[in-house]
Amino acid sequence: MGDTIYALSSGRPPAGIAVIRLSGSRSFEVTSCFVRNSQTLRPRTAHLRWLAIPGSGDLLDQALVTIFPAPNSVTGEDMVEWHCHGGRAVVRAVLDALNRLGATRPDLGLREAEAGEFTRRAFENGRIDLNEAEGLADLLSAETESQRRAALLMAEGHFSRRLAKWRAELLRCSALTESLLDFSDEDDVPDAGADMDLRTGISALVTDIEFQLAGPSAERLRDGVRLVLAGPPNAGKSTLMNALLGREAAIVSDIAGTTRDRIEAAVEIGGIAFVITDTAGLAETTEDPIERVGIDRARQAIETGDIVLWLGHPADRPRDDAICIAAQKDREGWVMPPDGGDIALSVHTGENMTELVQMILFRARALIPAEGEVALHRRQRDGVCQIAEALRAAFAEQDLVIVAEYLRIARLAMDRLIGRSGVEDMLDTLFARFCIGK
Amino acid sequence: MQNDFDVIVIGGGHAGCEAAGASSRRGARTALITFDEGQIGAMSCNPAIGGLGKGHLVREVDALDGLIARAADAAAIHHRMLNASKGRAVQGPRVQADRALFRAAVQGQIAAQPKLSVIAGEAVDLLIEDGKLSGATLADGSTVRASAVVLATGTFLGGKLFRGEENFLGGRIEERAATALGARLRDLNLPMGRLKTGTPPRLDGRTIDWSALQEQPSDRDGWTMSALTQGRVNPQLACAITRTNEQTHDIIRAGLDRSPLFSGAIEGRGPRYCPSIEDKIHRFGDRDGHQIFLEPEGLSTHLVYPNGISTSLPVDVQTAMVRSMVGLERVQMVVPGYAVEYDYIDPRALNRELALVALPGLFCAGQINGTTGYEEAAAQGLVAGANAAAHALELEPLLPDRAESYIGVMIDDLVLHGVTEPYRMLTARAEYRLRLRADNASTRLTGLGVRLGLVAQERRHWFERREAARMAILGQLEETHSSSQIAKAGGEVRQDGSRRTLYQWARFPELTDVALALAPALAEADADLRDEVLEDAHYAPYLERQDADIAALRRYEEIKIPHSFDYAGVGGLSLEMRERLCAARPDTLDAAGRVGGITPAAIAAIMVHLRRRHVA
Repeated sequence: MGDTIYALSSGRPPAGIAVIRLSGSRSFEVTSCFVRNSQTLRPRTAHLRWLAIPGSGDLLDQALVTIFPAPNSVTGEDMVEWHCHGGRAVVRAVLDALNRLGATRPDLGLREAEAGEFTRRAFENGRIDLNEAEGLADLLSAETESQRRAALLMAEGHFSRRLAKWRAELLRCSALTESLLDFSDEDDVPDAGADMDLRTGISALVTDIEFQLAGPSAERLRDGVRLVLAGPPNAGKSTLMNALLGREAAIVSDIAGTTRDRIEAAVEIGGIAFVITDTAGLAETTEDPIERVGIDRARQAIETGDIVLWLGHPADRPRDDAICIAAQKDREGWVMPPDGGDIALSVHTGENMTELVQMILFRARALIPAEGEVALHRRQRDGVCQIAEALRAAFAEQDLVIVAEYLRIARLAMDRLIGRSGVEDMLDTLFARFCIGK
Repeated sequence: MQNDFDVIVIGGGHAGCEAAGASSRRGARTALITFDEGQIGAMSCNPAIGGLGKGHLVREVDALDGLIARAADAAAIHHRMLNASKGRAVQGPRVQADRALFRAAVQGQIAAQPKLSVIAGEAVDLLIEDGKLSGATLADGSTVRASAVVLATGTFLGGKLFRGEENFLGGRIEERAATALGARLRDLNLPMGRLKTGTPPRLDGRTIDWSALQEQPSDRDGWTMSALTQGRVNPQLACAITRTNEQTHDIIRAGLDRSPLFSGAIEGRGPRYCPSIEDKIHRFGDRDGHQIFLEPEGLSTHLVYPNGISTSLPVDVQTAMVRSMVGLERVQMVVPGYAVEYDYIDPRALNRELALVALPGLFCAGQINGTTGYEEAAAQGLVAGANAAAHALELEPLLPDRAESYIGVMIDDLVLHGVTEPYRMLTARAEYRLRLRADNASTRLTGLGVRLGLVAQERRHWFERREAARMAILGQLEETHSSSQIAKAGGEVRQDGSRRTLYQWARFPELTDVALALAPALAEADADLRDEVLEDAHYAPYLERQDADIAALRRYEEIKIPHSFDYAGVGGLSLEMRERLCAARPDTLDAAGRVGGITPAAIAAIMVHLRRRHVA
């Protein structure tokens, strides 16, 4: 079998607790190098034990040690979890000790895990299917509460179960078609009603699948709703951006590649992840080639954004669904423009900021999966689209042989979704998304 | 020691005859060993050849120059194209065959094979010397030597007949069952199981009131089973249709406790798609009646085969049952129906050549592999015979591909999935059904047959002429025509200035006449060739899509799994998956994916494992 791997599975220290996971056939033996009387550890029971450096016996930390014998573990292999104290020094010392043990005892085949390796092993050992693996990847990288809940649903196999339901119905329709083709001339199939049953079955399945497709996708949830600030130069966009980042939100990370003409930041507002883009001002005309590029990019951002905040004249709004903001209400001599906007705002006094945030959240909630709703990834969405397309074609077709062919195409798409074809490519893409030790 | 023959075929049924024919056509000195020379080519059950899926097999066997289609044509007394109202891909030609004429035609073809000898006798044992298969032993103690043996013993292997409370040993009624050979095979420790099949009673046609029944006439258009047959030779008889009714069902229900199927006497599994009438009533009791086809058994006999009431009920119940149906009130039952239970070898013990992996040189074909039907038997016989000859003479094996033929679909299914009930061909089994039509079997397979030396001169010449004609047609169809040219030729098309090849225009059925007008070679071609090309054009968009699927399939076909691959070493395979994979021993990753119950995750795990091995 493969090497025995270890990694810090919990978040970056310092934290209350640090979970170090080991997986592989020698993980119990490795544990016995650190823990005295390790043979007394009972499966799936937490024991409070001292971890000591192999060889010297110097104490590292007091930890909760739990062993999970194969195959009833997350990876399907022998696994051990050490719950240590979460200080930086402790974690570094334990990982260093493991590293040294791997170097001095090559026979153990002990090494630090590669990115996604735990999940990959779980998948290879049949502990989880591909959809569950994708959900797990999201769960581990979830930064907001709504992401976490949607990922949990996926990891629990909700989507797999829905697929199984569709698959059963698809197979039923296929079987019905085949029975009409292979047996109707032999009087074994009760005739006319069957064709009706088939059409009804296909159409109900299409409706069900399209309903799922109409739902929001997982990318929004994971990558954030794209909120774009646009308007003429000096309309107060940057001020508003800072206000959104500073007051109502915590900056999670700066996104690399920010340019002088387009600034992006990831932020969480009301439990929803956003990516806010501040664009260059849309000047009417410009001779400056650099500014020209900036404006092109701004237009691009406006086109692909989910929610656009427009700080210019409402009549000039670049998209009909843009939220029009009359900004800088605090300026002296400010008057509401004659045809108004959706909301008038003063960033400095904070007037109407709460209302704007509510407005944004209202729009955003429609774009991300609701509580308990399963969100689809691009790969899943593409697969489901193919199934729906084949089913629509089957429904429109009179020649039963071609109906059967479209149903077969739908079944193939289903198989791919479940992970059958193109296994290799999919695995590579899928597992590339994992962070170390998950 | 000098061999008497290159190949021995045991069994003179449909599988055995095709095996002997194919082996001798490839140039192998072949011996056909059978109980009774006079029974060669006997039809033990339904006097019909072809049908849905089965008709495809017959045409494919014919395309490889087999015997069955020509024998069927020589004996045909009723023709019917099943699914005539549906697409051509699922149309199945089916004929009623006169038993005596069919048997005579098969025997005539066997006699005409130059390198083929018939040996009347009972093969009781395989001759194994130094662990190597080297022939067969007969009941009289004599031995016949050859380096390859084809077992085509049908239900004769451990066969047991049941009727009511009676049961007796034997394959067909009044024939002996090859039990000694069966014992020998058991000693080889092959994985074996038991299946059952049944046959209906035979009726005296003179005692049927035909006037009370709906008639089913023979199709008028002159299609034949074999591409080489010139027209129909026999007078055509009509079949008739009657139905079971409530009274029939009551009689059957009252007799159920006396049927061996329900008393537990029969252990083997029967087919779901060809159930006995007692099964039908037991499982579909809510239906008010089942259609029964009354099929004449021949021109020179009064026997009628009532298709749809296969049964093993006691004789008195059978008589009451048939007489409860319209038209059969005064019918005389000549031979009662019965059920047969027999041994089969788990076909997962075979490779794609239909050779037993455990004993090189031993091939199996037909019911012994768990299939049912003459057509399925014939197709396997042809493959086993061709490969037995290949084994003996060191020739290239015949490995039919599931993307190219129903024969390939069947063999792939058998060696990967095994059987849980007698295997019957269905068009639904073929995922590339649109290209595997009964009407294009020659185009698909005859070229391969010619290359492997399976096709005799007559068909070779016919095929060369046909291919030349087909190429001429395709050449003319490659020419590009604008929409206005099509309109000028009488086609109702939108004048959008689009340009397409004539082949592309011919995709639309309403433009067939235009295609005929613009491609003289198509108009002048034989009807079957013309229809084939037009059908290809019609389905072209779907075929192109399937080509992409097949190309993807080939990629996984390239990932070979060594025969010795240790599935126990792959983590994450359930015990059941491991058992299935070990039994089937798929030779490629693609084939492994087709083994039943194997999940995508399992395939991924196997792939990762194979890759790891590769690296190590």
